Amino acid sequence: MSKKSVATTAAIFSGALVLSACAQGGPSSSSGEISDDKVVLAVLNDQSGVYKDLSGPNSVKAVEMAVADYKEKYGEDAVADEIEVTFADHQNDPAIANTKAQELYDRELADVILDVPTSSAALAVATQAEAKKKLFLNVGAATTELTGASCNKYTFHWAYDTYMLANGTGKTVTENGGKSWQIIYPDYAFGQDMEKSFSAAIEESGGSVDGRIATPFPNDNFSTFLTKAAAGKPDVIGTMQAGGDLINLVKQYNEAGLSDKGIALAVGLMFITDIHSLGVEQFEGITFTDAWYWNLDDESRAWADRFQEETGTRPSFAHAGNYSAAWQYLEAVQRAGTDNSDDVVAELEGKKLEDVFLRNGEVRAEDHRVIHDAYLAKVKSADQVSEEWDYEEIVDTIPADEAFKPVEESDCSM
Amino acid sequence: MNAVLQYTIQGLAAGSFYALAALGLAVIFGVLGVVNFAHGACYMLGAVTAAVLLDVLGLGFWWGLLVVPVLLFLFGVLLERSLVRWLLALDPLYNFLLTFGLSLILVDLVKRRYGVSGLPYERPEILTGQLKVGELGLPTYHVFVFLFSISICLLVWLLMTKTRIGMIVRASTEKADLARALGINVNRWVTPVFGFGIALAGLAGVLAAPFRAITADMGSSFVIILFAVVVIGGLGSIVGAVVAGFLVGLLEAFGQAYAPAYAQILIFVLMAVIVLVRPAGLFGREDAA
Repeated sequence: MSKKSVATTAAIFSGALVLSACAQGGPSSSSGEISDDKVVLAVLNDQSGVYKDLSGPNSVKAVEMAVADYKEKYGEDAVADEIEVTFADHQNDPAIANTKAQELYDRELADVILDVPTSSAALAVATQAEAKKKLFLNVGAATTELTGASCNKYTFHWAYDTYMLANGTGKTVTENGGKSWQIIYPDYAFGQDMEKSFSAAIEESGGSVDGRIATPFPNDNFSTFLTKAAAGKPDVIGTMQAGGDLINLVKQYNEAGLSDKGIALAVGLMFITDIHSLGVEQFEGITFTDAWYWNLDDESRAWADRFQEETGTRPSFAHAGNYSAAWQYLEAVQRAGTDNSDDVVAELEGKKLEDVFLRNGEVRAEDHRVIHDAYLAKVKSADQVSEEWDYEEIVDTIPADEAFKPVEESDCSM
Repeated sequence: MNAVLQYTIQGLAAGSFYALAALGLAVIFGVLGVVNFAHGACYMLGAVTAAVLLDVLGLGFWWGLLVVPVLLFLFGVLLERSLVRWLLALDPLYNFLLTFGLSLILVDLVKRRYGVSGLPYERPEILTGQLKVGELGLPTYHVFVFLFSISICLLVWLLMTKTRIGMIVRASTEKADLARALGINVNRWVTPVFGFGIALAGLAGVLAAPFRAITADMGSSFVIILFAVVVIGGLGSIVGAVVAGFLVGLLEAFGQAYAPAYAQILIFVLMAVIVLVRPAGLFGREDAA
């Protein structure tokens, strides 16, 4: 080669090197790096199936609200000045969730995956998070395994779990006179976990579970199972069905007139969207444990009003939970100065957090269980309802340090 | 003993929905040769229409039983005129695919409009509670559903066997060419019969509305069982559809009571056995198979 062309090549080469070095740097205001020059938050949930209403596309809106709030708060000083919100539909299938999680982490360059309802899907995504060393803040699933045997450094369980539900509802109902129980539960991971948690809470409070009835999932006819349960003459039938199955069961429980026969109904997991779809009359008087309620106080109501402007409907606790998880993630990135997973994890572990969803919140370092206040709610009767979605009467607040499984009892070893 | 009676009543009530809808399916297959996969979606549409009528027009359950089948009849006529008739001359598989696609579209349209959480529906007061028969208490709703469904099935049977229209429809089913040769305008009956079959599915949907969750997906698992019912009873056989419908309902109830893990399989095991031993179904004729 001629001298001139060598020089040209060298110039081009060094120019390229300089450019690539610049590209790796983050925004000039921070000392840390932002991977791929943008922070990507991915929402993975059921966008079209049975759990669409309790979380679904509106959770993506909630995350976008958190991003907007973050940008407004930090403006020019934001560590993450390029933020992208993406989403995918896992159709409540663990195999699809597994594939989608990989796609989101690898192809869409997601730094964090949020939500993931359906316990089996959540466990699959937790495995991927650990493999890819990227964050997973679960809001939608119930299984205590996420902070138990299947815990890992990058997975956090944000909103609720079967222990919180069992401890709230199971314990309270038993202490208030519901001594003998029959439990009807759907025969899959979530249902089995709920049954175990509830049985433990009931027996600990001095009650007894005289029968455990497993049902197919999904199912639309529970008449036979209810007859079986009623034959045992319990004080309470505890149902662990969720979503459409729960609506079917409650309708058929009401039809069988079991309440008049002195057999109460306790519901393991309920969302405000269930009450809305079936109508307050059918759920009247039922007690359940809620992770958050939109009409709790002025702060939650103000946020719910914003949410209603964006989506046209009131938020479930899952929507608020996703907002909180996205918000706290971005705050942690801000504190860490980077979106590097290990640094962000360090900025979450052990922190006490407060926002519209997390009241007295804390991220437990030992098992990544996010604890917060929980609420014992009773469904109002139709004449107590003052406006649409105003279905819950908060009977009691369960403080954060009592609501969740004590750290000592966790199987987690990280 | 009381438990067995309860399971029987529940089984017969569950079977009532299957029997009514299977009747519609059987009639459509008999006369048109169309395997209507959208039958479950039409059952769902019946329930949804009932809920909407209540919400928008304040028409309750009893009005629903009258109005919804009429609306679904018109819907069926529209479907047949616009889509189904073009494929009638071809292999039945084409219409099977068409109705499959239709069911997906219908379910999604309902989801878009009404979400997935289901629509509220009031229980008619008179149907709540129990009927006292001596010592025993039978759930009023279940008894009503069974009696209503049996009456409708009887009515349809009478229509088919004792009226001229019925004879024409049956002749068109069994020997369409011969019927034409005798001067009967077979094609004229194709559209109303299709509409009638859809109306029956919608009627089953209204019946189910008070005590089943009204969701967009409620027809999806229903239609699978429906096909098992029709195979067990014999495709094209009216009596077979009804008998098999109640049989499957009873099987489901007793299966869930005594062997819940196997309850869902039992129905398909029965279907498989029928296909092996008597392919035409319990009441079907050899040439219809």
